[in-house]
Amino acid sequence: MAEKGHIIYDYLRPTKRFPSVWCPGCGDGIFLGALLRALDKSGYTKDQIVLVSGIGCSGRMTTYVDFNTLHTTHGRALTFATGIKLAKPELKVIAIMGDGDAVAIGGNHFIHAARRNIEITAIVINNSVYGMTGGQLSPATPLEMKTATSPYGNLENPFDICKLAEAAGAVFVARSAVYHVLLMEKLIGKAINKRGFAVLEIISQCPVHYGRRAGLSSPVEMMKWQRDNTIRVEKAEGLSEEELRGKIRIGVLVDKEAPTYQERLESLRESLKEQVGAL
Amino acid sequence: MMKKEFLQGNEACVKGALAAGCRFFAGYPITPASEIAHGMAYELPRLGGVFIQMEDEMASLGAVIGASLTGAKAMTATSGPGFSLMQEHIGFASIAEVPCVVINVMRGGPSTGVPTHPSQGDVMQARWGAHGDHPIIVLAPSSVTECFQLTIQAFNLSEKYRTPVIVLTDEMVAHTREKVLLPAPEEIELVERPKPTEPPDWFVPYRDPGTGVPPMPSFGDGYRYHVTGLVHDERGYPTTRADEVEPFIRRLFQKISQDFDKLQWGESYYTDDSTLNVIAFGWVARAALSAVKQARARGMKVGLLKLLVLFPFMRRKVTQLMESSSTILVPEMNMGQISREVKRVNEGRCRVETLNKVAHEAMTPGEILGKIEEIYG
Repeated sequence: MAEKGHIIYDYLRPTKRFPSVWCPGCGDGIFLGALLRALDKSGYTKDQIVLVSGIGCSGRMTTYVDFNTLHTTHGRALTFATGIKLAKPELKVIAIMGDGDAVAIGGNHFIHAARRNIEITAIVINNSVYGMTGGQLSPATPLEMKTATSPYGNLENPFDICKLAEAAGAVFVARSAVYHVLLMEKLIGKAINKRGFAVLEIISQCPVHYGRRAGLSSPVEMMKWQRDNTIRVEKAEGLSEEELRGKIRIGVLVDKEAPTYQERLESLRESLKEQVGAL
Repeated sequence: MMKKEFLQGNEACVKGALAAGCRFFAGYPITPASEIAHGMAYELPRLGGVFIQMEDEMASLGAVIGASLTGAKAMTATSGPGFSLMQEHIGFASIAEVPCVVINVMRGGPSTGVPTHPSQGDVMQARWGAHGDHPIIVLAPSSVTECFQLTIQAFNLSEKYRTPVIVLTDEMVAHTREKVLLPAPEEIELVERPKPTEPPDWFVPYRDPGTGVPPMPSFGDGYRYHVTGLVHDERGYPTTRADEVEPFIRRLFQKISQDFDKLQWGESYYTDDSTLNVIAFGWVARAALSAVKQARARGMKVGLLKLLVLFPFMRRKVTQLMESSSTILVPEMNMGQISREVKRVNEGRCRVETLNKVAHEAMTPGEILGKIEEIYG
């Protein structure tokens, strides 16, 4: 474990010039800090970790950090991650995606990786918008919200990414907002250590391309919104539907045990070995 | 010691891939390529490898690239509609320089087309299907034996140049069953990707060591580096600087084009005295050889050049043949794709005739012979 304050020097690439591509007030940097602290505590070495990202603002995260890093194509991070994990299971594979990345263009890969229970930590940083391309609506944009491509208000129902993950078979599903930075770090740690497909949704803010059109252009205001519109799952228990209306649950939503794809493949190989040996 | 077997083209591709050391296959069902997935699904778990059926073709090639980054030799196989979907990741493998093999068993198109009748309609897609300027190697077997041999060579070339390699077969080659002689494993020459020899602290991932092909460590080996589909500098970091972008793209081309002479893989038949020469590949090359033999039996001075490498286009061998030809005939099961390359390199040396068939049925020796007779007068 690195000494407090030294995490930057231990985990950021000294050869990569900053500043990052992220706008002031973006949640990506806050998340990255929590990710590095969680990884530092996890006990994995930098050589063991593969950080895979898709396309979008969050996709650039892999550039800055000193792991085996792979910046893939839009929506397909989980497909590359699947190949890495199955070909070299001793690696710890973490995929970072945005909301458009993970559940629009990559929606099919997302549900199938969950269904197969490939041991990947899938983190979706959900800022409800396509930031890099200029603020278009995403599958996570709330109904009636104004964006660059919904100037009169969004006509589409948004996905609940955690429910989608659970229904598709993810063995671990959790959610935090970047406002809850300590919870976020704790949940990253739990997701990383989960045996199986673990999904963590991070509610984040895009003041520049989302907040501005939504009437929330201050990052502080957007993070206060996160504080005021979320509720810990522990607290939500026992509350009525009326009391929970409009509240986003944060914390561990699903945590169960199931054999992973890799485990099934390994036992298949073992049984084939016995068969071949018996011949 | 050669081993005699009775195989179809798709099965020979499986045997070739395994002989080349392929231990990872990700694919999506599609005819007429299915038997390749069937063979891999059966063999790979027994060899300690990985077979996985993905949710689509983009995912298949994504998984293949991921596996290759860990050091595995990895492959996928598909046909036209799936090949269209794979273009995204062929481009990625090209810019990120990740070795991988894609077998495309061509069927009649466009779109769903005529499943699953033969065609040669994907030649230009194999060359230019991925967006942006990129180099590519495309091999084209015409027999079951060549399916075995060229699949091995596809792995060798992809490892040597760190590039995706396409094996372009067609439904006829894929489903023809014939006798093949398979060499013993120790007789097969295999090529492995270059690896860094310096310690990680000294390693600059995309620096040209002079060969045009930077050494490639595997994820987890201690060389932590960045892989991206963005144009990148020597360290792997994204760049938009013109003085870095231009040399990068040029190096991608140069690493293959510098070896054009080594990739002139073709077979010539009766070209010593011929003035009318046929240039063909894949299934059509077999029909053409039969037609040429029949024409010679009738006293016509006809020869054949069978192309085994489609791209980089075998300019040297083709133009040499043009020097001694009055006419070149290019029969193809498409509207004229490889004939465009032939015409491009011709530069007035001889007449170029085409024979195109898009009925999505095999071209017959009789059809080619008819055209030869027409040209011969």
